[in-house]
Amino acid sequence: MAAAYELRCRECGKRYENAPLSICDECFSPLEVKCDLDAAKRAFTKDAIAAGPSSMWRYQALLPVPDNYKPTTPAGWTPLLKAPRLAQRIGARNLWIKNDAVCLPTLSFKDRVVAVALANAQAFGFDTVGCSSTGNLANAVAAGAARVGLKTYILVPADLEAAKILNTQVYGATLVRIDGNYDHVNRLCSQIADRYNWGFVNVNLRPYYAEGSKTVGFEIAEQLGWRLPDNVVVPMAGGSLITKIRKAFQELVALGLVEDKPVRFFGAQATGCSPIAVAVKTGADHIEPQRPATIARSLAIGNPADGVYAARAIRESGGWAEDVSDVEIVSAIQELAEMEGIFTETAGGVTTAVTARLYAHGRIHPDELTVSCITGNGLKTTDVLEGAYEQHAAIRPRLGDFETYLQDRSEESEVIVGGSYVR
Amino acid sequence: MSVRVLLPNAFQKHTNGEREIESNAANLPQLITEMETNFPALKTHLRDEQGQVRRFINFYVNEEDIRFLGNEKYAFQDGDEVLVIPSIAGGSWPDGRTPWAGLAVQAEARCARGMCSCCSYCGQEECCCGD
Repeated sequence: MAAAYELRCRECGKRYENAPLSICDECFSPLEVKCDLDAAKRAFTKDAIAAGPSSMWRYQALLPVPDNYKPTTPAGWTPLLKAPRLAQRIGARNLWIKNDAVCLPTLSFKDRVVAVALANAQAFGFDTVGCSSTGNLANAVAAGAARVGLKTYILVPADLEAAKILNTQVYGATLVRIDGNYDHVNRLCSQIADRYNWGFVNVNLRPYYAEGSKTVGFEIAEQLGWRLPDNVVVPMAGGSLITKIRKAFQELVALGLVEDKPVRFFGAQATGCSPIAVAVKTGADHIEPQRPATIARSLAIGNPADGVYAARAIRESGGWAEDVSDVEIVSAIQELAEMEGIFTETAGGVTTAVTARLYAHGRIHPDELTVSCITGNGLKTTDVLEGAYEQHAAIRPRLGDFETYLQDRSEESEVIVGGSYVR
Repeated sequence: MSVRVLLPNAFQKHTNGEREIESNAANLPQLITEMETNFPALKTHLRDEQGQVRRFINFYVNEEDIRFLGNEKYAFQDGDEVLVIPSIAGGSWPDGRTPWAGLAVQAEARCARGMCSCCSYCGQEECCCGD
């Protein structure tokens, strides 16, 4: 049974009945879902959770969905993996990967937020849903809406990766390409949501949608044996995820499911779009918007909706934010794949490269339990690896040819070893 | 010269349902003042306790975030479409640069320090306020 929940203004605290609403009409600040933790206490226990489904819905009692909601997708409950080989490479000794590259159904953490948003879209009676998206959200909304029979309008920047466009259209979604960047798309969606009676998951349903991110934090704690890590490294686009993982940890502490301890939050961005990292580094309490220019398009939000809150969460926790170049992003994608067998998209390259830098700069101690959050799958951004691997000429299906191939190959690698091959 | 200003649903409670206004404001500070004059109910909601325009309110001119166009320095052009969007972004104005809260005081302070050559009324480098 879901706990009682309502909307509350993040700035002035005004309370609202549940409604498709994301902006306070008193101070025009964002609204957030507030769950009644006392009400959740009875249902949200370790035993009840362990007996729940192998999906994010094991935490339903702390998600804003109607009491009688029956989940329709198996989002979440992704692996938390120890990453010893990557750890050794970057000077860590206790590094873990939260791998949402294999989150179902569409291979990114956005399946979590969409699951909660669509549950509310149905509860509010919308027959059409939509979103502004840098790609992963588009995929998740398209798939989720198809499963429950909702119509969709999905707005994306026109220059999105081909795989993300295909992975939206295949579900029968109406994809609207916008001649502009994500911030232009997002602004247009705000206007559309004001005008049409549609449920935009990241506009008028945003308070509910954002709560889905808490499940990343719940899972990390449960998978560590109901304890909190020392550090979490999180990619930042709009900045919501990092604040919600923190909120999840705080709720677990409040409910007595984990012991309270300091957890430091580290934010990761691409240098070509780093408004939150800049705010953290300069100590500013405001976000200067940027015009994005990076291959990490899923993080390319120049005017991040939760930027101020993300920067604040990082600062309050004693963490830090870093940003990395496009070259480092590609190298980190390869490094994570080669070391741990995880193929992530560009956002995961950002997180991995930033994680490496945090160790290199001594901001994270090697022995501290650190979780690096991988949020999307590399199959969606293969374009950035185009030309990275040479394909040799095909050989005939003969053992002799294969042996010649092996010999050529070993000579080649001797040249490489003897030369100055450095990635 | 006039510009078209599109207001968000969240404002309508304070603007008697008006969703769109025509304005002759020369720049953003003037537009804010004009909105506050025309819709007194909006005034207390637009600014916080310190008199600053609330951080979550964003202004766009045609396709562009006004902060990329020079903020308060941007002179509205005839036919500009100004879009007010609350709360999709966490952006706020850098401390001490909020131009329409105590504009004259701030401009005076800057000018007194020889930091700018702006008009102390409209805040623009080149203006025709005195003409």
